[in-house]
Amino acid sequence: MIYYDKVSKIYPDKSVALDEVSFGVEPKEFVTIVGHSGAGKTTLIKLLIAEDYATGGAVFFESSNVRLLNKKQISKLRRRIGTVFQDYRLIPNKTVYENIAFAMEAAGRNDKEVAADVPHVLELVNLSNKIWNFPQELSGGERQRVAIARAIVNQPDIVIADEPTGNLDPVNTYEIIRILQKINELGTTVLLTTHNKGVVDSIKGRVITMEKGKVIRDDREGKYVL
Amino acid sequence: MYYNTIMIFTTFKRIARTGFVNFWRNGFLSFAAIVVITLSLCIFGSLIMGTAYGRSLLADVKDKVDINVYFALSTPEYDIMQLQRDIKNLPEVANTSYTSRDQALASFKDKWQDNALIMQGLQEIGDNPFPASINIKAKEPGQYGGIADYLQSRNPLDATGTPIISKINYRENKLVIDRLSKIIPAVEKAGTILAIIFVIVAIIVVWNTIRLIIFTARDEISVMKLVGASNTYVRGPFVISGIMYGVFSGIITLVLMGAFANWSDTLVLKLYGVAVASDFSMLVNISSTYFSQNFAQIFLVIMGAGIALGGFSSYVAARRYLKV
Repeated sequence: MIYYDKVSKIYPDKSVALDEVSFGVEPKEFVTIVGHSGAGKTTLIKLLIAEDYATGGAVFFESSNVRLLNKKQISKLRRRIGTVFQDYRLIPNKTVYENIAFAMEAAGRNDKEVAADVPHVLELVNLSNKIWNFPQELSGGERQRVAIARAIVNQPDIVIADEPTGNLDPVNTYEIIRILQKINELGTTVLLTTHNKGVVDSIKGRVITMEKGKVIRDDREGKYVL
Repeated sequence: MYYNTIMIFTTFKRIARTGFVNFWRNGFLSFAAIVVITLSLCIFGSLIMGTAYGRSLLADVKDKVDINVYFALSTPEYDIMQLQRDIKNLPEVANTSYTSRDQALASFKDKWQDNALIMQGLQEIGDNPFPASINIKAKEPGQYGGIADYLQSRNPLDATGTPIISKINYRENKLVIDRLSKIIPAVEKAGTILAIIFVIVAIIVVWNTIRLIIFTARDEISVMKLVGASNTYVRGPFVISGIMYGVFSGIITLVLMGAFANWSDTLVLKLYGVAVASDFSMLVNISSTYFSQNFAQIFLVIMGAGIALGGFSSYVAARRYLKV
């Protein structure tokens, strides 16, 4: 489904973010990428959603080389990938409903579908009572659940969660991980990056370990080894 | 095809709705943008009114410049009429008017009828002392010199061989006429340059304000792009909000212009007094008359400029942050 083929990313200041990284992700997998800050985890995700481009190698989504997609194709690709960020990235002047509806509207879904699916997905993340609140009226954990709801509302092929628990307390951390596992059980591929040992060990899935821009371990049922 | 049309309509509806909602929710920013655009449109408005005022005054001053040709007392009317026809045919001449000796006398008597001393002096002279004259107005003030030269060289003779023209008052008016022919084009040129500078400054100020507003939404734009929204879908609401800034600013500017047009007419009378205002044809309410007679054009220019400034600035400013 996703394949990183000898991917390198060197920034103009010559710092190396990724150094010939290669690995693939199969459909319905739950893959956790671990590594210290600066190991290259976020860069991997940015390359997949075409937020940045590799300086060497290629990133493939299904059979498409992401680097070669045009603007329209990039928009379509992003609609097939649900992304959850550490800093939530919700639109501040839109309500919870509008934030999630926006993702559906951008994907060309009609008003009936939007009206039916937004409450449903908010029920999944247990936030039905916050539907008309603005992001600044929510706690960190609630904001992250809204971000997850937005990521899954278009039923994407894959959900990418980039350090989704980085700003959360332990209770909210495990709530978010539980939701991501539930999404995976329903058949969606999940790619999670984290440096939280407890999170990695609790998932009991495939773990890719990165250090200084390189993949140093790729274990089917891995643990946090750094 | 049907589905595509529906989707285009739905997309436009959503863009418009988001634009409206953002306009109201970002109340302070919208207010700031409206203030700046209104000030810029007021500059446009003042240029429009100033030009109208200036043109009216210049036309009045131009109208007051003329030359008079005075004829020898013995000149037969037929010769004068012949010369008037020749003058009328000159391309530089806008119009001419003939005053006969009797008309000149009647006009003098009418003017001084209350002054017994002057009237008595006139009676003592006995005969009509006033010559016939032709008043000439040129199309441009700079053309009077040529007309005067023509008359001096042309000066026809009557049956007795005497030149019929006794005096041309161009030389007395030459200084004023020459100055006006230099000042009027200079004023017009300076007005145009000033107008262009003001318009450029206004556009730069509005453009920077809108850019600042969109700069504050740059994270929002990147999020929209990352969830898969197209450039049109992201940029559209900003353009709609920009157009709304323009519409509101245009309405406010038109109200201010209307109020100013009425108020300024009264102000002219207060500042210069009725006599001066009357002398320069200012008693006809130049501003308010111009505003009401040309309202459709002024409305189109002000609203058009407001919408173009708001909409286009938003369109261009948002483009910078779409490269995600």
